[in-house]
Amino acid sequence: MTVKYRYLPTTKTDRKDMLADLGISDISELFSDIPEKVRFKGELQIPEAIPEADLTRHMGRMAGENVNALDYACFLGAGTYDHYIPSVVNHVISRSEFYTAYTPYQPEISQGELQAIFEFQTMICELTGMDVANSSMYDGATALAEAAAMTAAKTKRKKIVVSRAVHPEARSILLTYAKGHGLEVIEVGCQNGLTDLAALAAAVDEQTASVLVQYPNFFGSVEDLSAVEQIAHKHKGLFVVSANPLALGLLKEPGAYGADVVVGDAQPFGIPMAFGGPHCGYFAVKKELMRQIPGRIVGQTQDESGRRGFVLTLQAREQHIRREKASSNICSNQALNALAAAVSMTALGKQGVQEMALLNVQKTQYAKQQLAQLDGYEIVYDSPVFNEFVIKTPRPVGDINKALLQDHIIGGLDLSRDYAELNQHMLIAVTELRTKEEIDRLVKGLEGARHA
Amino acid sequence: MSQVQAELKYSKEHEWVEVLDNERVRVGITQFAQEQLGDIVFIELPEQGATVKVNESMGTVESVKAVSDIYSPVSGEIVEVNGELEEAPEAINGDAYGAGWMVVIKLADAAELDELMTAEQYEAFSKEEE
Amino acid sequence: MLNTIPKAEQQQKDKALIFEMSKPGRVSYSLPVCDVPEVEVTSIIPSDFLREAPAELPEVSELQLMRHYTELSKRNHGVDSGFYPLGSCTMKYNPKINEDVARYPGFARIHPYQPEETVQGALQLMYELQEDLAAITGMDAVTLQSAAGAQGEWTGLMMIRAYHESRGEKRTKVIVPDSAHGTNPASASVAGLETITVASDANGFVDVEALRQVVGPDTAALMLTNPNTLGLFEKGIVEIAEIVHEAGGLLYYDGANANAILGKARPGDMGFDVVHLNLHKTFTTPHGGGGPGSGPVGVKKELLPFLPKPMVIKEDDMYRLDFDRPQSIGRVKAYYGNFGINVRAYTYIRTMGPEGLRLVSENAVLNANYMMRKLAKHYDLPFDYVCKHEFVLSGKRQKKQGVRTLDIAKRLLDFGYHPPTIYFPLIVEECLMIEPTETESKETLDEFIEAMIQIAQEAEVTPEIVQEAPHHTVVSRLDEVLAARKPVLRYTKSE
Repeated sequence: MTVKYRYLPTTKTDRKDMLADLGISDISELFSDIPEKVRFKGELQIPEAIPEADLTRHMGRMAGENVNALDYACFLGAGTYDHYIPSVVNHVISRSEFYTAYTPYQPEISQGELQAIFEFQTMICELTGMDVANSSMYDGATALAEAAAMTAAKTKRKKIVVSRAVHPEARSILLTYAKGHGLEVIEVGCQNGLTDLAALAAAVDEQTASVLVQYPNFFGSVEDLSAVEQIAHKHKGLFVVSANPLALGLLKEPGAYGADVVVGDAQPFGIPMAFGGPHCGYFAVKKELMRQIPGRIVGQTQDESGRRGFVLTLQAREQHIRREKASSNICSNQALNALAAAVSMTALGKQGVQEMALLNVQKTQYAKQQLAQLDGYEIVYDSPVFNEFVIKTPRPVGDINKALLQDHIIGGLDLSRDYAELNQHMLIAVTELRTKEEIDRLVKGLEGARHA
Repeated sequence: MSQVQAELKYSKEHEWVEVLDNERVRVGITQFAQEQLGDIVFIELPEQGATVKVNESMGTVESVKAVSDIYSPVSGEIVEVNGELEEAPEAINGDAYGAGWMVVIKLADAAELDELMTAEQYEAFSKEEE
Repeated sequence: MLNTIPKAEQQQKDKALIFEMSKPGRVSYSLPVCDVPEVEVTSIIPSDFLREAPAELPEVSELQLMRHYTELSKRNHGVDSGFYPLGSCTMKYNPKINEDVARYPGFARIHPYQPEETVQGALQLMYELQEDLAAITGMDAVTLQSAAGAQGEWTGLMMIRAYHESRGEKRTKVIVPDSAHGTNPASASVAGLETITVASDANGFVDVEALRQVVGPDTAALMLTNPNTLGLFEKGIVEIAEIVHEAGGLLYYDGANANAILGKARPGDMGFDVVHLNLHKTFTTPHGGGGPGSGPVGVKKELLPFLPKPMVIKEDDMYRLDFDRPQSIGRVKAYYGNFGINVRAYTYIRTMGPEGLRLVSENAVLNANYMMRKLAKHYDLPFDYVCKHEFVLSGKRQKKQGVRTLDIAKRLLDFGYHPPTIYFPLIVEECLMIEPTETESKETLDEFIEAMIQIAQEAEVTPEIVQEAPHHTVVSRLDEVLAARKPVLRYTKSE
C-alpha cells in the first residue's frame, strides 16, 4: 500500500488532463523557470508521512510527556493562568466558518466575524473604562511595546519610563522594539512589591513620552494608579497601563484613573495556556488617540438600504497602505482568540466576571493566610494583591518545585531568574480553579520541602 | 467646480495659497488634490501658534484609501485654524477653495511666495501628474 | 404559528448585538463554588481600588449564546464554506486532526514556566519543527518565536541590523521591489531602517540594472518574495543574490509565497540569508479570521548569534531552552512564540512527509496554470509566462464597459465564492490576484472558471448586474466613508 494524501484531490487522470490542456506532458515543465543551479533535486530531509491513526497516537504520546494542568494542580501564573473555560467557547471557535476564514476584507460575507469583533471591542472598553479598543494584538507583551511606540509617535518624545514591576518578558520585548524605533527606556525600581513612586517621579521629565505600569503588577500587587497617574501626566506625557482584564471585573478600571492607553492579554478569558501562546493582546485608548491606534479596528456603518453592518475602518493608517510611513507593521490580529475571549466574556457576563474575579481574591487570600503560618516561609509584601503573591522560601525554588511535583503540584515561579535580588523567592498564583484541597496540599508540600 | 482659481497661488504639493494682506496667507488643498484623495474622512492640522516651515509636513489629510501629508507652502506662524474641518472634513471635498480652507499663516518670509506657481502654471503641472 | 412576516421585511431586520439580547439575571456560566472561608473583599483590597459600577457585559443564557454565535458564523465565509482563491493568502484546507491535536491537555494546558523536564514533549516538538523548517528552506537554524509574518519580517530585519552593527558597519537601507507586500517597507521602518523601492522591469521581474544602481555601502538588505507577488519566479535570483552580496548586503526572503516551492527550490540554495515563513499559509494552520498565525524565521550560520531568545536546543537527549545568547537581538514575543499554532504545523508536516509536500507545490502550481490559461481568453493577462502558485489578471477590458475589478469581486460573492485579492500588486491596473491552492479539485476550478466567464460576459451585456453586486448577501455594499468619518467603534446602550 502506498501513502495516501487526503488533502490532495488531484487524481492521476486529473493531472494528465490538466497538463494536456496546458499543452505540456510533464509537471516539471511548470518548474522550468527555476534556474537549474538552484533547483532542488533531492528529497527534503524530513520524516516520512504518517497515517492519521498513527499520527494521533504519536502526537498523543508527545503530549503525554508533558505535565499538564488537568492532572496537576497548577500554581504558576506570571502572565499566563489556568482558568475556567466555559464549554461553549470551544464549540464556537470550532465552527469552521470562523476559523477557516481570512481577515474580513470582504465585509458582505464576513459580517459574523466583524460583528463578533465589534462586540469584543465593546467588552474590552467596558472592562478597561476606555473609549476605543482595537480588534486585538499578538499578545499583552507586544501590545505594551506597541503602546510605547505609539505614545512616542504621538508626543514626538523618545523616552519611555517603565516600572520594574512590569512583566520581565514585556520589558525585554519593549527593549527590542525600542531599539527598532530609536527609543530610550528607563526602568524604575520597586518598594514593597510596588512601583517606587519617588523614583518614578524622579525619572519622569519633559522628554518622557509615557509611563508604563502593570495592574495588578508582576508580583500580584495592586498599584496605586491615582498616584502613578499624577506623576505620568505631570510633564504632559501619556499614561499606559497593562492590565489583567479579569482583575478589572473587580478592580477600578484604569480609564477611571485617567489612563490614556490600556493594554493587556485576554488569555484569562477562554484562552488555554498552550505553553505561552497563542494568547490575545488587547489595546484600548481614549478617544483622542483613536486615530493613532495600531492594528485593525471594526466600525459600524450601514449598507445601501440602510441595514446595519460592520467594516474594518480607519485602515488608511495601516501598514499595507502607509507602507514605509507606518508607525506599526502589525497586519493581523488574534481574531480567533479574540472571539474565544468574547465568547468567554459573554458566558461569564456582567455577574460572572465579578464573581470569578472575587473567587481569585478569596482563594489567593486563603492560600496567603495558610502560608503565613508556615515555618520557614514568609509572605514578603503586605501590599494588596489580586491572585498572586510572593513568598520567601527556605531553599532554592527549583528544589522545592521538584519536591512539589511528586505530589502532583506545579509550584510557583522562581523569581531569581529575572530579579537577582529575589533569590529564593517564589511567585504563587491561585485562580478560581484551585480547590481548598489543592491549596492545602500545596501548603503541606511546602512544609515537607522545607528541608532537603 | 473649476480646477483652479485665477487669483490664487499654488505649490507642487497641491496646496493653494490666498494672499490676504502683506503678512498673512490662507492655505488649503486644491480641487485636483481632493479629487485624487477621494472622500476625506479626517484631517489633522497644526495648533494655533505653531511654527511651520516651507515644504515641511504640517498635518495630514486622510481618506478611506490613503493618508497624505499636508506640506506647508510657506514658512511662518499658524494664526488661524479651520476648526470646522475636525467635525466635517467633507467640506474639503465639497468646496476646496472656500469652506475647505485649512489654516491662515503669518508669513516669515514673503519672498517664498515668489516660488509658488500661478493658476496657469499649476493647471499644466497637475495635468502632467494625472 | 406560521411565520407571517414577509421575507423582504424580515431581511431588513438587523442581526441583534449580544448586548441587545441581554436581560438582567440571565447567566451562561457555572463557576466553582467558594470552598475557602470568605472574607470581606475590602479587608483585602481597599475600597478606593474597587470598581464603582460593574462592566456592562451581556447577560444571556447558554442557548442564547450558542444561537447568537451560530447565527454570526452563518454570516461568515470560510474555506470550509466555499472556494477562497485569495491571492497571496494561501487559503488552503485546514486539516481537522491539527485542531484535535492542539487541544490535547498535554499541549493546551501546559504552562510556559514549567520546569523543562516536565515539558519535554513540547520542547521536542519545537526542536523537531525548527529542524524540519530549516530542512525545507535550506537554512541553518530556525526560530519559532515570531507571532506572524509581519513580526517575522521585523525579527529578521532586526537580526540583519545587528549583524551589520557587529561588524562595525552602518548599513541602513532596505531595498524592496515595487511589487512587494506593503508590510515589507513598514517592517523596515519599525526596525529603524529606510526603504528604497526598486522598480520592476516590463516583464514583472526585479530590474537587475536598476538594482545595481541602488546597491551600495549603505545596503543592509534586499527583501524579496520568490515567486513574487505576480506569481512569477525571479529567474535572475542567482545574479540578484550576487549583486547584493557583493555590495555587502544580505538577502531576505518573504516566505508568503512558499507554497509554490516546497521540495522544488529552497531559499537557502537561492542565496537568501534570512527567511520567514507564514505557517498559516503554507503549513495549513487556520487563518482564524485574521489570526493567530505564526511566522518562524530561518537564518544562515553567520546570523545564528543574533537569533531571538530563547532557542530550543538538544543536549544529551534532553531538550532545553537556551537563553544564554549574548549577541541575540533579545526577545520579540512573550514566552516561546505561538506554540499552539506550531503544534498544528508540525502535525501537518508529519501528515505529508517529503513526497507529500512536493506534491503540494506541484498541484498548487498546476492548478494556478490551469486556471490562468482558461481565464486568459476572457480577461487581460498582463504577464504571459508559466506562473507558480498564483497569477494576476487585469480587469482593464471590463473597465472599458464601466465594470471595475471591485465590481467583479462583489459579483463573485453571489456565486458563493470569496473573491481573489484585488488591486494588489499595485503595479498592475485593475488587478485580480488568484491563488487556487492544491487542496481544490479540478471540478471546483472548472466551476469557478465558468463563473468568471459568465461575469466577463455580463460586463459586456448587462454591466449593471455586476456593478450593483452583490445581490444575495446578508448586507449589500457598506458605506466605508461613513464608518471612517463618524467612527462608531463600540456599542453604547441607548437611553
